Amino acid sequence: MCLGVPGKVLETYKLHETLMGKVDFGGIIKEVCLAYVPDIQVGEYTIIHVGFAITRLDEQSAQETLALFRETGLLEEELLAADDHAAASETQPS
Amino acid sequence: MKYLDEFRDPDLAKRLFDEIHAITTRHWALMEVCGGQTHSIIRNGIDKLLPDKIELIHGPGCPVCVTPLEVIDKALAIAAHPNVIFCSFGDMLRVPGSGQDLFSIKSQGGDVRIVYSPLDAVKLARENPSKEVVFFGIGFETTAPANAMAVFQAKQQGLMNFSMLVSHVLVPPAIEAIMASPTNRVQAFLAAGHVCSVMGYWEYEPIAERYHVPIVVTGFEPLDVLEGIRRTVMQLEAGRAEVENAYPRAVQRQGNIPAQTILKQVFEVGERKWRGIGNIPNSGWHLRGEFRQFDAAAKFAVEDIQTQESPLCHSGEVLQGLIKPNQCPAFGKECTPRKPLGATMVSNEGACAAYYQYGRFVSLESITS
Amino acid sequence: MTVGVDFSEWVCPLPLRDYPNVIMGHGGGGKLSAELIEHLFMPAFQNNLLETLGDSTIVTVPQQRLALSTDSFVVHPLFFPGGCIGDLAVYGTVNDLAMSGARPLYLTAGFILEEGLSLSALGSVVERMGAAAQAAGVQIVTGDTKVVEKGHGDGLYINTSGLGVIPDGVHIAPQNAQAGDVVIVSGTIGDHGMAIMSVREGLEFDTVIRSDTAPLNHLVAAMLAASNDIHVLRDPTRGGVASSLNEIARSSRKGILIDERKLPVNPAVASACEVLGMDPIYVANEGKLLAIVARQNAEAVLEAMRQHPLGQQAAIIGEVVEQHPGLLVARTGIGGTRIVDMQIGEQLPRIC
Repeated sequence: MCLGVPGKVLETYKLHETLMGKVDFGGIIKEVCLAYVPDIQVGEYTIIHVGFAITRLDEQSAQETLALFRETGLLEEELLAADDHAAASETQPS
Repeated sequence: MKYLDEFRDPDLAKRLFDEIHAITTRHWALMEVCGGQTHSIIRNGIDKLLPDKIELIHGPGCPVCVTPLEVIDKALAIAAHPNVIFCSFGDMLRVPGSGQDLFSIKSQGGDVRIVYSPLDAVKLARENPSKEVVFFGIGFETTAPANAMAVFQAKQQGLMNFSMLVSHVLVPPAIEAIMASPTNRVQAFLAAGHVCSVMGYWEYEPIAERYHVPIVVTGFEPLDVLEGIRRTVMQLEAGRAEVENAYPRAVQRQGNIPAQTILKQVFEVGERKWRGIGNIPNSGWHLRGEFRQFDAAAKFAVEDIQTQESPLCHSGEVLQGLIKPNQCPAFGKECTPRKPLGATMVSNEGACAAYYQYGRFVSLESITS
Repeated sequence: MTVGVDFSEWVCPLPLRDYPNVIMGHGGGGKLSAELIEHLFMPAFQNNLLETLGDSTIVTVPQQRLALSTDSFVVHPLFFPGGCIGDLAVYGTVNDLAMSGARPLYLTAGFILEEGLSLSALGSVVERMGAAAQAAGVQIVTGDTKVVEKGHGDGLYINTSGLGVIPDGVHIAPQNAQAGDVVIVSGTIGDHGMAIMSVREGLEFDTVIRSDTAPLNHLVAAMLAASNDIHVLRDPTRGGVASSLNEIARSSRKGILIDERKLPVNPAVASACEVLGMDPIYVANEGKLLAIVARQNAEAVLEAMRQHPLGQQAAIIGEVVEQHPGLLVARTGIGGTRIVDMQIGEQLPRIC
């Protein structure tokens, strides 16, 4: 279920008494319904499913999650770099 | 794209894979409930990089897969009406009913249209007052607020030519049904991140406790899926069974309150049939009485259509991880992606379709090594 | 490179006889038909051969192997960002010829017009065809027009057939892929399919994605000049790169392994695919080619491609292998692998 795509709110307005907005998905701009994220501010990110923002994306949580990933298995760092190097030389550079 | 590219980083993925390999000591059967996660797993080749000891069971979380045959037959009957514009998400067009699919109805002159959002269908109703516009309202909790808004707006705007064929399903009762089954093999769940964005995850806490099963709210990008797997394995290895949130950037415990408010206004909980599984109590949403006039099944008098599913099809057991797709007697014979009997052969991510695609070629080891 | 519909500058050269739209009589073989040919088609396609107006056109070709190809074009909408059905009709057949290494020379054009089609739309399409033929260096030497009743067509269908000559020493065919060969794509993938998707009712974006429709014959000539030992050429139209590479894998009974990270994709196309839940590897192209070339010639061919305006973003995306014959396998962004099978039908937007 449920393809959800992150997008940045560019503007908000009311249409048929419902909060709507323009959202930028990496260069693709679409009108979406923002009724379920009534406090969303222009410039914030949200996840869109079938034309509806279903949640605000929390930048701090995202950074914390990524930081957690970066700390995972730090000891294997050197091994990993060696592996990557091997993988990269498998196919010719484009 | 921001929030996608960072969570597809191959170096970080490698770390998570290594970590999962390091912590896994024995066989575990995990179910990713959501079809979107199944898609991500196959699309990124995650399954082939996990330890052999980790078995992923593709769960019933694909609306395409679980919409029962008789609802598809109802949709086909409505779409064949000469004055109807039948709108659907793209996913549902190729799903066969007992005889044909929405594509065939279109080929016979039916006005069947793919829309991106249910509000596009409301707009069509506004622009075509002499036509009946019907929207195929399928999906899980993630999609329900959108469909609820469409009905809500239609009522507000007095669009009596709009209606919806509702076949909404709910995740927690399905998880309970799986856990309560005497033949259950699932030892932990990756809960569907976007369902939880809407509904929160408090509903899963009593399930985790009652069945002593770890449930980890999981996102959809490769790193998110790996983190969900890592956390479930950590719990299983430690003998814990808790609800954890591995997708905090998009999910909070209480969920999206404005969305839940309108859901309660428009829908009420009731029994729902799942394709391949059967009836599950309290596992669906139906339109409330005050929105009955927007119920397409009533409007087009298709409520009585009842369809038996093919007795040859074992998709229910596949969905529950009880048998492998190629253990079904119809697999590859009466049932292929071109002529699917059951839902799991229909969608690209369906377990049977995936097996069909990959299983035809035996030595996959040579590819993955 | 090409423009969409621009009626403001287009002046219909027809003495309209008060008909702004196609009527049944335009296909009836009478005066209306003749006027359509004389005033609409001839000025757009102008060349001596067409002007003979015989039942068939006589051409002289060099003493070489001939390549023949035919293709029919149905597209909705008729005009889309970056082109129209007319561009597709010319470039589609030119490119099919070019994929056998042929130098395209002549095209024929058949039109099925739906009663009610505006003559200005038809005029605009035909004018674009004339310009496209000129860009590709081919002549449209004979044609046909029929009219069907309103409701029996989607405005306009076009069939084109083409004839080209294959230079000596060039042997290009899908079964020629050999283990060790490299796979080259000439540029970004998925542009055409997403351009069409972006203007489909119900899925529209506020952003313009332009089709990549273009003639590939000059690019192919440049590649052959660098090395005439090119094993396979394919223009990945419907079904995208995935379908073409699957077909090559099956024809040659070899495996193909590509690295998804090396596939060039326009950022807007990539984003549009994310939004609709689609995979650019299955999305149609109309101005791109796939080349399978022996490894020792790959750099020379790639360099020649990058010197050409239509190959600036050419990239090596994978290789032909002995393993998994008949299968296309992709190394994914995170270093996993997946089998990329052909789609059963058209790729549809999904929510799941």
